[in-house]
Amino acid sequence: MSQKFRLESGGLINRDKPVTFSFNGHELKGYDGDTLASALIANGVHLVGRSFKYHRPRGIMSAGPEEANALLQLGEGAYTEPNARATMEELFDGLVATTSNAFPTVKYDIGEVNSLFSKIFVSGFYYKTFMWPSKAWKFYEHFIRKAAGIGKAPEEHDPDFYDKTNAFCDVLVVGGGPAGLSAALSAAATGAHVTLVDDQPRFGGSLMAQSGQEIDGKPALEWVDEAEAKLHDLDNVQVLRRATAFAYYDHNYVGIWERLTDHLPVKPEGLPRHRVHMMRAKQVIIASGAIERPLVFCDNDRPGIMLASACRTYVNRFGAKPGNKGVIFTNNDSAYATVLDLIDAGIEIKAVVDVRKDPLGPLMEKADAAGVKILTNSAVVGTSGRLHLKSVEVAELSDDGETAKSDVTEIACDFLGSSGGWNPTVHLHCQAGGKLDFDEERGAFVPAPSNRTNPNISVGSCKGAFGLADCLAQGFEAGQEAAKAAGIKFRKSGKAPTAEAVDEGNRRLLWLVPGKKPLGQSGKHFIDLQNDSTAADLQLALREGYRSIEHVKRYTTTGMATDQGKTANVNALAIVAQTLNEAIPTVGTTTYRPPYVPVTFGAIAGRDIDDLLDPARTTPMHSWHVNAGAEFEDVGQWKRAWYFPQPGEDMHAAVNREVAAMRNSVGILDATTLGKIDVKGKDAAEFLNRVYTNAWTKLGIGKCRYGLMLGEDGMVMDDGVTSRIAEDHFLMTTTTGNAAPVLGHLEDYLQTEWTDLEVYLTSVTEQWATASIAGPNARALLSELTDDIDLSNEALPFMAWTPGTVAGIPARVFRISFTGDLSYEIAVPADYGLALWQALMTAGSKYDITPYGTETMHVLRAEKGFIIVGQDTDGSITPVDLNMNWIVSKKKGDFIGKRSLDREDMSDPNRKQLVGILTDDPKEVLPEGAQLVEVVKDKPPMDMVGWVSSSYWSPNCDRSIAMALVHGGLKKMGQKLYSPQADGRVIECTITDTVFYDKEGNRQNG
Amino acid sequence: MLLIECPHCGPRAETEYAGCSEAHIARPESGGLDMTDAEWVEWVFWRKNTKGVYLERWNHAAGCRRWINCMRDTVTNEILATYKAGEKPPKIADAEREYKF
Repeated sequence: MSQKFRLESGGLINRDKPVTFSFNGHELKGYDGDTLASALIANGVHLVGRSFKYHRPRGIMSAGPEEANALLQLGEGAYTEPNARATMEELFDGLVATTSNAFPTVKYDIGEVNSLFSKIFVSGFYYKTFMWPSKAWKFYEHFIRKAAGIGKAPEEHDPDFYDKTNAFCDVLVVGGGPAGLSAALSAAATGAHVTLVDDQPRFGGSLMAQSGQEIDGKPALEWVDEAEAKLHDLDNVQVLRRATAFAYYDHNYVGIWERLTDHLPVKPEGLPRHRVHMMRAKQVIIASGAIERPLVFCDNDRPGIMLASACRTYVNRFGAKPGNKGVIFTNNDSAYATVLDLIDAGIEIKAVVDVRKDPLGPLMEKADAAGVKILTNSAVVGTSGRLHLKSVEVAELSDDGETAKSDVTEIACDFLGSSGGWNPTVHLHCQAGGKLDFDEERGAFVPAPSNRTNPNISVGSCKGAFGLADCLAQGFEAGQEAAKAAGIKFRKSGKAPTAEAVDEGNRRLLWLVPGKKPLGQSGKHFIDLQNDSTAADLQLALREGYRSIEHVKRYTTTGMATDQGKTANVNALAIVAQTLNEAIPTVGTTTYRPPYVPVTFGAIAGRDIDDLLDPARTTPMHSWHVNAGAEFEDVGQWKRAWYFPQPGEDMHAAVNREVAAMRNSVGILDATTLGKIDVKGKDAAEFLNRVYTNAWTKLGIGKCRYGLMLGEDGMVMDDGVTSRIAEDHFLMTTTTGNAAPVLGHLEDYLQTEWTDLEVYLTSVTEQWATASIAGPNARALLSELTDDIDLSNEALPFMAWTPGTVAGIPARVFRISFTGDLSYEIAVPADYGLALWQALMTAGSKYDITPYGTETMHVLRAEKGFIIVGQDTDGSITPVDLNMNWIVSKKKGDFIGKRSLDREDMSDPNRKQLVGILTDDPKEVLPEGAQLVEVVKDKPPMDMVGWVSSSYWSPNCDRSIAMALVHGGLKKMGQKLYSPQADGRVIECTITDTVFYDKEGNRQNG
Repeated sequence: MLLIECPHCGPRAETEYAGCSEAHIARPESGGLDMTDAEWVEWVFWRKNTKGVYLERWNHAAGCRRWINCMRDTVTNEILATYKAGEKPPKIADAEREYKF
């Protein structure tokens, strides 16, 4: 079998370049210039897949992006791609395609058994059937997903790469058909920067599917080639083929998806597979054309049933015959163009079934004169042929068109082309927030003028102008108008291209073609082939009370998935309108959403994958931690050393060792990631007074102070130590994850509320590297590395800092502590961070200096009851709730959060308050997040009085320790609480204060 | 994605900005110490949710880091004006538009 359905001549294919491809394991031939669909049709293959729900045999139904049936699996292994539309895939040597939704084969598919039960597979079937018992959903789901899956996602890492680019232009023209080309030419002639995009490999749009058209007295495709050459030569024009404008976002931001290598048998190195151009256009001209609307008749889904215009495209553009003897079913004159071209190609047209009573139109007249059998006021009322169309049944219509007469004629045929008129492709216009008007005569929604946010002009058939002459004229005018609106000074740009105006004839809008029996009793009237939704499903939804078209759409899944209103929606809402006896515009349309066609995830991600998606921040000492075998945790974008396991140690063992080592001798922590903000200016102290709860004006130079920062709502927002560097200069630290929000918060007040304050903020987080050494031997260690700093308790007491030299490096040494032990934080310019760390490790070896990570830091601080903002607070916790009243100044006037702390609700003694929790069994470590109750019941729900915020095993206390936020907890010291666990156990515990270790604080002050 | 004209830097993509709610909500000079609980709560928590032209603040966080004011139609996303913090909103002919919820 070799291209039995290929015409001897004609078509825009290169017959000198045969191409071999495979479909379902069969090797087939096609030509360069074919699509996968046209090559299959040339080989007589119509049956390509099984439908989604009923597994009915399905064939290629279109020749464009609206394809709902021929969704095939392309390629193999890591390169495989599901749900590719065969109509949009260019054929190349070695292409491998398989049917997706059939087992074991597309001819004998087990799933077809679903068809026998179609009465129960009505809309909402899954919702209705699998609701009960609710726990069984997990069981059902596995089988339902398997049965409904259309394609297979690749299981390996995508070996291709993709690009994304930001782009700008004066005028973006979407669509390279006659209207778009005319628009691009006229806009380009003004000198405007123009980008023209088209989703096909060559320009011409609908002209490629037509015959006998002339523009400016030349054959239309010749005019197209000249236009393209002219645009190509202009420096101010960018031309993108195989590029789909898939999304139109606010302020004329248009996503364009360009496919660079999909059509090539050998993919060139260094070229991305796809590239997304995010285009900010001053003006957009939409020339996206129109999609033919299928007629909705009984059993309208058999392989061989196609759009009339698709039949014409296959013959004229690809030289491929949809069949040998066909029937055309129409409600308008445009389908007769298909009839005439098919007859010219030697294909037998058994009959044209025309629903019109008195059809008018020049094409119909030509066909009539050519002797074509035209059955007026008639309809196709049924079809037969299991794997391929064998015949259609035709009957005369009643006067109102709602029923068919019983006298049925059977016509044998192997294909049927149907035309219910045309739907302008208004997707981009609507995505841009544009409204639609309803053209009663044509039964079509057409774009209203665009809104001001997204200035665009629709031209040609997407504007409802279906004649070539109108397309060219509108395009020309819009090109000039858009260039002018984009601020380009008007220049003479020639004349509009011309073509002969043609009469469109008349129409009869028959939304639901009657069958032999009432709807739903025999056969199916499919509306959305991809989702297997039918006219009966729509009516059922209406009977069940759905009214909003948006709800009907979702309930019946009509026009969902890749269809996005291409073939299904207007038919669906017209049938809804008819059933409800309402006008079509009253029912309204559903929302058109991006993307217009499916876009690969790779293209959307571009290079923003792996490390480039979420860049990691590392400290200057990072490489040391890596070499030491540290495990890391993410804190914001920072990679922080989490713990340093030695061989054979798990986290628990490593942390126990690190915690003990610090308390016994000396530990070292990389504290570089803490946020650091340089606060400078004559009003710096006053500024700190206003943003922290405590007083700052009297803090001496060389001294440090801990501060709590609140929001206006009085809730704890951040904390940290701030040091006074000079009279007008402070260094503030923030929590690691909060550095940027805190800087923003402070800037906000300086810029917009306290503009009279002279204060300057600079983020210096990355300028300093900080090593924190803590433990009884910290002072001895540091003294070995400095000779210009007096480390005595008198010279450098707790909460003081000094400049000096450490290991030969200029440094700031802060005696501050987050461990509750004697501790020094040594900050050096970032480039010296690693040198400082290495010097401390070398000198510290005699003290068995132990590097520790954030997990140990958490245990150490919890032993002392120091909070972590964001762990022990959750945005609803005040300083009072934390039992930190001592830090809230009573003397200061205003500070951020003060007024809120005075609100009546804030003094409610039953607020959640931070308390310590000791389990009765000291070996039991409560899970963080565990709920606490006062009264245990047999089963939930129980009255919860709080939850555990921090919980650890404390080696130094030799027992578990925890903190919790408990309602009225501060007044409940010593009271018993219970923590019921998911496994049914109940952990008994007691409320205590939050300091578990060294309650007097001798260690840090000594 | 919106294109927002920063009065300091020029037109910049929305991704450079952080959105910051309603503009022209000045912090009381007293810090609210002379206000009732109800008045204070109103100032802290209550903001308009206009369906129509809205005056809002944006922070040019990945740019000049300054707060700017913006007059935006929340239905169409049309930006009628942007202006510096501290400035009064410019007078614009149809800026009063409000839509029915």
